[in-house]
Amino acid sequence: MAHDIQTQAGEKPVFYLTEDHHPEGSTNLGFWLYLMSDCLIFAVLFATHGVLGRNYAAGPSPADLFDLPLVAINTAMLLFSSITYGFAMLQMERNAKAETLFWLAITGLFGLAFLGLELYEFAHLINEGAGPTRSAFLSSFFTLVGTHGLHVTFGIIWLVTLMVQVSKRGLIPENRRRLMCLSMFWHFLDVIWIGVFSFVYLMGVLG
Amino acid sequence: MSSHPHAPAHEDAADAHHGHGHEAGHGSLKGYMIGFGLSVILTAVPFILVMAGTFDSKLLTAFLVMALAVVQIIVHMVYFLHMSPRSEGGWTMMALIFTLVIVGITLAGSLWVMHHLNANMMPMSPEMMKNMP
Repeated sequence: MAHDIQTQAGEKPVFYLTEDHHPEGSTNLGFWLYLMSDCLIFAVLFATHGVLGRNYAAGPSPADLFDLPLVAINTAMLLFSSITYGFAMLQMERNAKAETLFWLAITGLFGLAFLGLELYEFAHLINEGAGPTRSAFLSSFFTLVGTHGLHVTFGIIWLVTLMVQVSKRGLIPENRRRLMCLSMFWHFLDVIWIGVFSFVYLMGVLG
Repeated sequence: MSSHPHAPAHEDAADAHHGHGHEAGHGSLKGYMIGFGLSVILTAVPFILVMAGTFDSKLLTAFLVMALAVVQIIVHMVYFLHMSPRSEGGWTMMALIFTLVIVGITLAGSLWVMHHLNANMMPMSPEMMKNMP
């Protein structure tokens, strides 16, 4: 590549242009590496739950506690928010600012619905006396699901920040890059949630 | 670059975005809808299996739930995160494989070691239990 540029610099300035785009690409790779390290955090929490998930300390078991229809609705909320974020990205590629903002707002609302349901579930559990201090199972449950919820919370804060950015400055390359990163983050959270509802809720209720 | 017949009006923005090495960065409406449809099915089936108790065998149900979860994770990776062996010159795939190896070691190792520890603990008699702090 370097040789090409040196020998043909005068004739093909196109090479310089394409080289200029590489920093944008490496942001994606760097953000992917961050997501992978985040994945390790969740792997450790999943492992903890796998080890402690049956230690009820003579307390309630998942079958007593978990309300699967509620979890199903929660899962649907997160899945809907994933697809609406996808629509936002498609509108971004069409350079349609208003539509992008519209789909981002819908995504945020689904995210809020997810968080609301999760907080309702947590409050319900704690009210029943099944708080994180009740047993090792509940400690690891609250840590794992709570960490995921915290990620969604920060994702929503990020989403609102980007909506302000886009509405003020438009779909400039910087904002496109940021939206791309948040897109990866948001879909990644949905991937983690697949593990949560399968491994923690469904397997827990199975016993 | 000849494969980008973009409208001239959007040339600047489109060009800034469709730079070199971005082949796998974007989805299409069709891709998102396929991913969404598959995800709905792959979510609904395990919930139904567990809630309706379709199979008597818990082992079979558990196996199916985990298998469907793995399939759905792959569906999300392909259709939502646009993973492909070519994106970023293969480096995202390398990072993913590395992470999967580490995750596998962490999960399998923790469960294996702790299960062994549990299984090899001396059983407690009721008298010992009474003297527990």
